[in-house]
Amino acid sequence: MAKFTRKGKGGSPGISTASLPDIIFMLLFFFMVTTVMREVELKIFVKTPDATEIKKLEKKSLVSYIYIGKPRNKMFGDEPRIQLNDQFAKVSDIQNFIIAERKARNEAEIPFLTTSLKVDQETKMGIVTDIKLELRKINALKINYSTRKRIKEL
Amino acid sequence: MSRRSKSVPEVNAGSMADIAFLLLIFFLVATTMDVDTGLGRMLPPWMPDPIDNQDDKIKERNIFVVLINSQDRLLVENEWGDVRTLKKRAKEFIANPGNKENLPEKNMEEVPYFGQYPVSKQIISLQNDRSTSYNMYTIVQNELVAAYNELREELAMQKFGMPFDKLPEDQKKAVQTIYPQRISEAEPKNIGGNK
Repeated sequence: MAKFTRKGKGGSPGISTASLPDIIFMLLFFFMVTTVMREVELKIFVKTPDATEIKKLEKKSLVSYIYIGKPRNKMFGDEPRIQLNDQFAKVSDIQNFIIAERKARNEAEIPFLTTSLKVDQETKMGIVTDIKLELRKINALKINYSTRKRIKEL
Repeated sequence: MSRRSKSVPEVNAGSMADIAFLLLIFFLVATTMDVDTGLGRMLPPWMPDPIDNQDDKIKERNIFVVLINSQDRLLVENEWGDVRTLKKRAKEFIANPGNKENLPEKNMEEVPYFGQYPVSKQIISLQNDRSTSYNMYTIVQNELVAAYNELREELAMQKFGMPFDKLPEDQKKAVQTIYPQRISEAEPKNIGGNK
């Protein structure tokens, strides 16, 4: 009968990996807590401009996003397009978008709804102005021009 | 007999790390670290037919007009302007430290913590062309907001000896009453003529 014999008592013992799961779990929890799920897939390029006097957007659940920029897919041309949720939109769709966003929220929260404009820095103001006008018509007055923190001097 | 005396074998925890890794990698990929930041603004309410006479009520000296044309050049109070000097000029306009004739009038108001304090009737009017670049527009907006923020900061340091951010809510309110942020974003005009 074959017997398993323990051979080679010498040599350094292996490092215990028992605490490895704990370390990984620690990292896991860190990322779980800090994770904000990507809400939309961007179909356009958005490189927001820089600014110094920025404010953090609080209460992400109360923010609706409007994206403007050049389409990633050349098929859609070079002109800046508006993206709402997951699809391209026209200026006339903005009002319905805001109404839909309001319906998704509590009635008491509606006055605190912010519209964040994520606009590419090379966009012309014309399209932005059209959107601002639509927002004024639907009475969504609280807006936020999304910008990054400027590091270098102007 | 010898088997019986052994204790229950431990559950192999070796694969636990793999499971945890799997979850970790998922969250790593799904994480977006960037905090959303930006310039907060309030739009004026929509009026179906604007009342033209209302503009006449605001005196010329109380308005600081900043125009940005389609070539991204500035016209500040009817002269060519520069972004680098814009903040300084806006600050001088808002505060009007020398009580100059051509800068905004002041109105004595009762402000908590300050008592009777001359509050200027300033308004900054920002107008742009449809072909102005968004980048330039935000730079100018940023400079104007910076002017207000710096004035508030200076006042907070002078009166309370603390930065504006650290002040209690009611003292913040008082400082804001003295320097209220009034930036009007007017409808754009086709200054350049081209669409």
